[in-house]
Amino acid sequence: MTIRKKKSPSGQSVTSPLDTEILIIGGGMVGATLATAFGQSGVDVCVVDTQDPLDGLDAGFDGRASAIALASQRVLVALNIWPALHPGAAPIKDIRVSEGSSPFFLHYDHRDTGDEPFGYMVENRKLRKALFHRLQGLAPVHVMAPASVTALDRRAGGVTAEVTGVHGKTEINARLVIGADGRASKTRDDAGIRLTRWSYQQAGIVCTVTHERSHDFVANEHFLAAGPFAILPLMGDPDRPGHCSSLVWTERADLAPSIMALDDASFQAELEHRFGDFLGAIEVVGPKWSYPLSLQVAETTIGERLALVGDAAHGMHPIAGQGLNMGLRDVAALAEVVLDARRLGLDIGNAVTLDRYQRWRRFDNTLMLAMTDGLNRLFSNNIRPLRLVRDLGMAAVNAMPPLKKFFMRHAMGLAGDLPRLMRNQPL
Amino acid sequence: MAQAAMKKNRKNASPAPSTASPDEIARFTAMAEAWWDPKGDFAPLHNINPVRLEFIRDHLARHFDRDPMDANPLDGLDIIDIGCGGGLLAEPMRRLGATITGIDAGQKNIEVARLHADQSGLDIDYRHQLPEDLGSEKGRYDVVLNMEVVEHVADLDGFLGAAAGLIRPGGAMVASTLNRTLKSLALAKIGAEYVLRWLPVGTHDWRKFVRPSELAAGLKDHGVEITDLKGMTYAPIERDWRLSQNLDVNYLAFGVKR
Repeated sequence: MTIRKKKSPSGQSVTSPLDTEILIIGGGMVGATLATAFGQSGVDVCVVDTQDPLDGLDAGFDGRASAIALASQRVLVALNIWPALHPGAAPIKDIRVSEGSSPFFLHYDHRDTGDEPFGYMVENRKLRKALFHRLQGLAPVHVMAPASVTALDRRAGGVTAEVTGVHGKTEINARLVIGADGRASKTRDDAGIRLTRWSYQQAGIVCTVTHERSHDFVANEHFLAAGPFAILPLMGDPDRPGHCSSLVWTERADLAPSIMALDDASFQAELEHRFGDFLGAIEVVGPKWSYPLSLQVAETTIGERLALVGDAAHGMHPIAGQGLNMGLRDVAALAEVVLDARRLGLDIGNAVTLDRYQRWRRFDNTLMLAMTDGLNRLFSNNIRPLRLVRDLGMAAVNAMPPLKKFFMRHAMGLAGDLPRLMRNQPL
Repeated sequence: MAQAAMKKNRKNASPAPSTASPDEIARFTAMAEAWWDPKGDFAPLHNINPVRLEFIRDHLARHFDRDPMDANPLDGLDIIDIGCGGGLLAEPMRRLGATITGIDAGQKNIEVARLHADQSGLDIDYRHQLPEDLGSEKGRYDVVLNMEVVEHVADLDGFLGAAAGLIRPGGAMVASTLNRTLKSLALAKIGAEYVLRWLPVGTHDWRKFVRPSELAAGLKDHGVEITDLKGMTYAPIERDWRLSQNLDVNYLAFGVKR
């Protein structure tokens, strides 16, 4: 790897190459958390993101929030990201699952498995902001944004990338490249990694409501014929915590546009009809969002000196709020195998290391995709025999503590072969 | 930091041999790719490498009072790797901070190792030599690595004497080899060569395998006291090698020079 000056075809001068160990493409919640894990461990990382990180950092409340399972929260604690999130994060103490007008419901109380909550609801913009500030404090991390990777050469000896940003082109030499560029990952597509994908013919409508009574930090998952309707506790106004919730309303894809087009009063009426009155009067606050729901899974998560993490590798139904959590499990596992290899002096991008990551994550991700897919199929209909099965199933789970505990540990993200970061151990 | 060391060393890396013909360079490049392909001919070595490295790193860190989790736990240690092959151990040792010399009886291996170290930007002193050729370096090294070699040598005592002679007093030796048991005949010879095809037939001569007691006695005669022995066991479900207490087949030894 020699240092050379050259001219790009456009005649723009090319700055001298930047040597790093790991190139992360995509600086979203998953990519930035991974960069923190490496940077905190003294590994040189370069993060390239198409969005200017300063854009929208100080924007107001936008209503988008994520469920951070307990295991994921441990990752954020270990990486020193949590302190900035902690005051505004709403603990999920109980989960109630119910269906239509059925008298049966499942009640998961966190005290059944210990003292800790299932997880926390965190606003996405607050997580992004915390990550941005954390990365700025880490000397080994170099963020290039807004910029994009315009050429990528992966070979046995190393990786060379051309990054184009506002200041021109930079050549980057690395040992490993990580695709954290989301559902529409260009890194994945350019690598020729195929994607299995199907649409659920459903849309997820996301908005925020304030309500008269406190949610008491209970998450409600209400199964309606069109799909799950989730009411997730937010902290809300710090002077009056507990009176604000994030909604994920699954609707038939063909109906969603007309619901989104309703005026505020009519939208609120449709919402109240589904939400019920158990928290008193409700009011929609902030913007509404609608996303098409699909399942997609990459045929492999690794390639020559390449690993995919998060939505680039797998996108799932939001029914169990596990998308970001699965991404953070990828982060914890990949950071661990790469650091273990590096501490043995091994080439961090070699196939033995990447194979370990793939074997570790493949089963877990596939299981979660299948579980969320199965749940959605089981619940998103109004077929009478299935309703009976569901009701009896929920009553049975409630009556059988071991089975209930199994589901609860899954919701907390504590099931399976956990990486060190999720076991309160140092990376 | 390893990264800083790599950058610094890139400048000092020895250039590829200039006397070699382009044909030869192409041949060595192909061989280097084969040596370094984790799924290729040397896959078994790649697979056992992490567990061997862990044993070496942890023992050397303890012996020389270093933190094994440091970026450069072997910083400044003068290490010689006997039977270095394509450099699978020497390169990691260099990244962990050691000054490393690699010797091998095969000229081609040395060319391959040099080429790959150059590609990796690592400066490693590779030489086509045998330990008995290094009389002038007696007592020079902090550590001698003697990995997967003793089962291939003709004169075990002569070899152990020459290898042990390279270590300074208070220095260390790490050795690994195959035990001579019925189990190793079944697994390492017949299993690995004929059944699983992990190794080419004829790679090993079971009669040359060395019992831990023979290794210990042989080294003791030359001033090296073995202080730890560990087995290397394959876990088929995890498809991973692990350290274990079972010395029946593959084992590792750590010894200290008086």
